Amino acid sequence: MEAFTTYTGRAVPLRRSNVDTDQIIPAVWLKQVSRTGFDKGLFSAWREDPEFVLNQPRYEGAGILVAGPDFGTGSSREHAVWALQQYGFRVVIAARFGDIFRNNSTKMGLLPVVLTGEQVEALQSAVEKDPALEITVDLDGREVRWGADTASFEIDDYTRWRLMEGLDDIGLTLRHADAISGFEGDRAAWLPVTL
Amino acid sequence: MGRTLAEKVYDAHVVRRAEGEPDLLYIDLHLVHEVTSPQAFDGLRMAGRRVRRPDLTIATEDHNVPTTDLLKPIADPVSRTQVETLRKNCSEFGVRLHPMGDEGQGIVHVIGPQLGLTQPGMTVVCGDSHTSTHGAFGALAFGIGTSEVEHVLATQTLPQVKPKTMAVTVEGGLPAGVTAKDLILAIIARIGTGGGQGHIVEYRGEAIRSLSMEGRMTVCNMSIEAGARAGMIAPDETTFEYLKGRPHAPRGEEWDRAVEYWTSLRTDDDAVFDKEVVIDAAELTPFVTWGTNPGQGLPLGDSVPDPATLADPVERQSAERALEYMGLTAGTPLRDIAVDTVFVGSCTNGRIEDLRAVAGVLRGRKVADGVRMLVVPGSMKVKKQAEDEGLNEVISAAGAEWREAGCSMCLAMNPDKLTPGERSASTSNRNFEGRQGPGGRTHLVSPAVAAATAVTGRLAAPADL
Ligand code: SF4
Repeated sequence: MEAFTTYTGRAVPLRRSNVDTDQIIPAVWLKQVSRTGFDKGLFSAWREDPEFVLNQPRYEGAGILVAGPDFGTGSSREHAVWALQQYGFRVVIAARFGDIFRNNSTKMGLLPVVLTGEQVEALQSAVEKDPALEITVDLDGREVRWGADTASFEIDDYTRWRLMEGLDDIGLTLRHADAISGFEGDRAAWLPVTL
Repeated sequence: MGRTLAEKVYDAHVVRRAEGEPDLLYIDLHLVHEVTSPQAFDGLRMAGRRVRRPDLTIATEDHNVPTTDLLKPIADPVSRTQVETLRKNCSEFGVRLHPMGDEGQGIVHVIGPQLGLTQPGMTVVCGDSHTSTHGAFGALAFGIGTSEVEHVLATQTLPQVKPKTMAVTVEGGLPAGVTAKDLILAIIARIGTGGGQGHIVEYRGEAIRSLSMEGRMTVCNMSIEAGARAGMIAPDETTFEYLKGRPHAPRGEEWDRAVEYWTSLRTDDDAVFDKEVVIDAAELTPFVTWGTNPGQGLPLGDSVPDPATLADPVERQSAERALEYMGLTAGTPLRDIAVDTVFVGSCTNGRIEDLRAVAGVLRGRKVADGVRMLVVPGSMKVKKQAEDEGLNEVISAAGAEWREAGCSMCLAMNPDKLTPGERSASTSNRNFEGRQGPGGRTHLVSPAVAAATAVTGRLAAPADL
């Protein structure tokens, strides 16, 4: 996955709560068997509305999505993360995330940043006032900075390290292949097999 | 200090624990379907990896499959390619597959329990958020993304941070006419769509213990709608009774040893949950949703809420938007809402007991004029059992359509869809905008309410008939 250290760029405010993954990428887009081409499906139902934020030229090219609480709830589809990334987002900021979405994001190098509801609101207002506002998301320093404001966020050391190094989880796990084999040797005999 | 059920199962699967790193958790059963797996198999191929334990992996075709004309190729070429890709991947990597038309085919969360593959104390994962269903057996079961599917295929493990635990205790017995679906909809409305975030919920109390395995699966299924990672119920006689004799359940002495272990899987008296919620079963009545997230639900006897009365600005805004999308006016009694379509099925309510409940209401009655009702069994086995019991005849005689097994209108990836503006009463689990077809409007209901609604054409409970 792509390593993430710091991103500086513009943001787009999405003033909606409970943006479930069915909205991020509707089911009809899930029929693809490749990993590419999902940018067209991002928020595809909402993008039919010319007023929708992503259709507003002033937010074009933004790399940070600032959303309402409970972003990415619902279905486990990782396609939601691919769609956001392929559209050009590197960071999503919200007060709360769906667990699976958040997990999927960190596997792919899309940074989910949790700020408080007030901080999210302040950032959304700042961006609405000045869409050209430059925002820095600094994973190393665990900080979001814009104008004169700074908001720090929490992320566990391990996930931060993995994101900053851009490391593939499977490779890391396979270093412990012996431990896995050892565990397998002790599993109860009644446990089912499918073959 | 004692441990909770979730902690016991979690701890028993830790392969490796190291300071400052996530635990490595062993996975006992990996369920696979066509939608979230193609990119994972591709990843394996590109890295030259194999499936570590095909014998702990099972695949089925469910999301895309049509529910009519099974003998013809799938009409939608993109759906067809996805199903064919799964077939190629399973044969290349040696994974057991139940394809369309096979007697073992069905929704991934219906076939695991049906085969006896889902057992107490196991870890179960699938690239599908409703994997929480399997927690009804006292298994730790959760949904994962495609990167994690690839990780489990390659290593049979997952890096995990131990989730927090939450108890939802439902005290007292459920009143007559109140089902597992009403109960879980009421729980979600109470704790909210984010209420369980970061937690494994354990459902406890008299009302939970009195549920059948089918009812328990309905409850655990929708844990994700409350934001929870997983839902669990401690195994007991009801669980063992359900499992005994199933194709993959232990036999003979193994059975006895397994039951002895399974019996130890309960939360210790002195264990502490990170969060606790208590619900009084006596207060519950049939429950339906009015909005576009599963937390926006109310008792059927209530009216569409007025967003202006909601104190929280985020909730108010979300309710305003939901009413606009749903085409509803505040103050309308829920019982006055007319529907165009009734959908019975999905991994929430597509099991035999659900179909019995529907047939029980429809017997000797007719689906209202102008209402289309689809009944889609959760698996081919459920379908066969229902036909052996003659339920399909009751359902067809009432004027409903009896279909083949699959996810169907739960997410409308196959031809079963709502048209824009069409309104449904659905036994599935998500009322998101467009979930059942672009512009479609969904009210989540129990099977009994679905059947009564089909008869009257408006949201109704069997007691209203
Ligand atoms: S029935 Fe619906 S919720 Fe269940 S697995 Fe299928 S699409 Fe997902």
